[in-house]
Amino acid sequence: MPDQTGLELLAQTVGDAVPDSVLRTVHFRGQGTIEVAPGAINDVLQALKGAGFRALSSVHGVDYYPEEPRLGVIYELLDMTALDRVRVKVRVTADEPTVPSVTPLWPTANHQEREVFDMFGVVFDGHPDPRRILMPEDYQGHPQRRDFPIGGEPVLFTKDQDTDYTPKVRA
Amino acid sequence: MSTVDRPAGAPAKSAYRQMEESIDLSTMEQPLTGYGDGASHELLTLNMGPHHPATHGVLRLIVTLDGEIVRDLKPIIGYVHTGIEKTAEQKAYWKAIPVVERMDYLAYFFNSYAFCGAVETLLDCEVPKRAQYLRVIHMELNRIMSHLVWLGTSALDLGAMSMFWYCFREREAILDLFEYSTGQRMHTRYFQVGGVMEDIPAGWAAKVKEFAEKMPTRVDQYGALLNKNEILLQRLRGVCPLGEAELLELGVTGPLLRAAGNPWDLRKAMPYSSYEDFDFQIPVGTTGDNYDRYACRLQELKESSKIILQALEGLPEGPHITGDRKISLPPRHELATSMEALIHHFKLVTEGFRVPEGEAYFPIEGPRGELGCFVRSDGSSKPARVHMRDPSFVNLQATAPMCKDAYIADLIATLAMIDPVLGGIDR
Repeated sequence: MPDQTGLELLAQTVGDAVPDSVLRTVHFRGQGTIEVAPGAINDVLQALKGAGFRALSSVHGVDYYPEEPRLGVIYELLDMTALDRVRVKVRVTADEPTVPSVTPLWPTANHQEREVFDMFGVVFDGHPDPRRILMPEDYQGHPQRRDFPIGGEPVLFTKDQDTDYTPKVRA
Repeated sequence: MSTVDRPAGAPAKSAYRQMEESIDLSTMEQPLTGYGDGASHELLTLNMGPHHPATHGVLRLIVTLDGEIVRDLKPIIGYVHTGIEKTAEQKAYWKAIPVVERMDYLAYFFNSYAFCGAVETLLDCEVPKRAQYLRVIHMELNRIMSHLVWLGTSALDLGAMSMFWYCFREREAILDLFEYSTGQRMHTRYFQVGGVMEDIPAGWAAKVKEFAEKMPTRVDQYGALLNKNEILLQRLRGVCPLGEAELLELGVTGPLLRAAGNPWDLRKAMPYSSYEDFDFQIPVGTTGDNYDRYACRLQELKESSKIILQALEGLPEGPHITGDRKISLPPRHELATSMEALIHHFKLVTEGFRVPEGEAYFPIEGPRGELGCFVRSDGSSKPARVHMRDPSFVNLQATAPMCKDAYIADLIATLAMIDPVLGGIDR
């Protein structure tokens, strides 16, 4: 994990390679996070790949509801040679939840981006196979969002299957 | 979209049925091009699973076959998705441990350790040395147990019936040890934020020592049964290899990556929980075929036994959980005499402890690769986000590149050597 200075230097490297991409840096409990502009994610990850972070450990989503922009996508990068990790984060609004896909750069992101789409509704632009992965194809809504209630999805009971039953669809 | 004509007088379709039938699945049909002219090479799309004995769970594979040769493969998952990450958000931190444990059901100690480790990072909580060693002993026993289930079921897939019984004999011994120390055979909830629930009972260490000393001999016996078995060698040697570079791009970690010659192991590379104290080696393969995957795991059984013996030998005295009473429960005997202990016990059991706002990712070396837990805290007593980066989920993506242009029988062998656990994949 980079220290505070190391993180700032790394953010500087990223900022030099991709101008105006770095929004802020957070250093907490020995772990560094660089928050970048969503549109620049591919260039930023490419720059970090050049700086040694060649492995993408994990891609996952976070919902910062009620903060805005509420949806976050987090990329955990790993440098296997220098034994270092850094976290890159982008945040988008629920109205315009589009992030460029990094699957062409890192094939490992394929399933993980599909999971983030499935659970949070973040659309990955340029993903080769943008489908749901864990929830059924016909599922409506994105269940990991903080305002999606537990036990809130509509259920069609057998007794109602031939009556006019309209599920209460949640966004 | 096909519609079925209803007989006259039948009730009209409900809005739900109409919605259901309006779903467009055309995105799933992705035709494969580049094989034959359609006349000599007829491609057959076959559905394997979700209930297939060789898929080690409810994994469904859409396989495109050219005769007996696999040309393309798409895993369909989610059949045991239970929303554990969502459930964990509704529970206080220490009540989330049991649900998180149930993700990868063969690696429960690892799941709970990844979660507890992330929470400890957020709390900036020091774990006593004795607790770290006890965690290592339990995790390595768990690794042996997980590999034994893999070895038994994989050998079964390849037609070796007796291996299954031998592996499960040793697995039973480990589960008995878990029951002895934690009260449960599986999903023990032994790891607690800040340490472990209870110190080990009298006589347990001797029993573990006896087991760990016996285990390498058992591994030699497994090897004697399998290593020169003609059927096994033909199914494994040179079958479905995948190079290190491609594995890294696909994010594959654990024994699969080590089989391709990359000695990446988080226990050595970025030690946690005092792994730097132990002397052990990382088995690596050369070509990254199924045989290397098999051989690596077999050697790991021996290395884990070595770690257990060293941890037992050097087990430090001291507390088994942090002394921070804001995190750990006060000892039972204090409740009758100390007002503060009673209050804190009540508060911890009802509300739980609060965790400072922030985010942490805690990666460890699970039996199948990098198991990382991401926890975000909003300052309350419940996690705002729990995500498990499960190695099975990521490794599954390597199935298609591994099995491309191989025989369908090799697909079964390769799937067995990938060792996916569907509980971890679907979560």
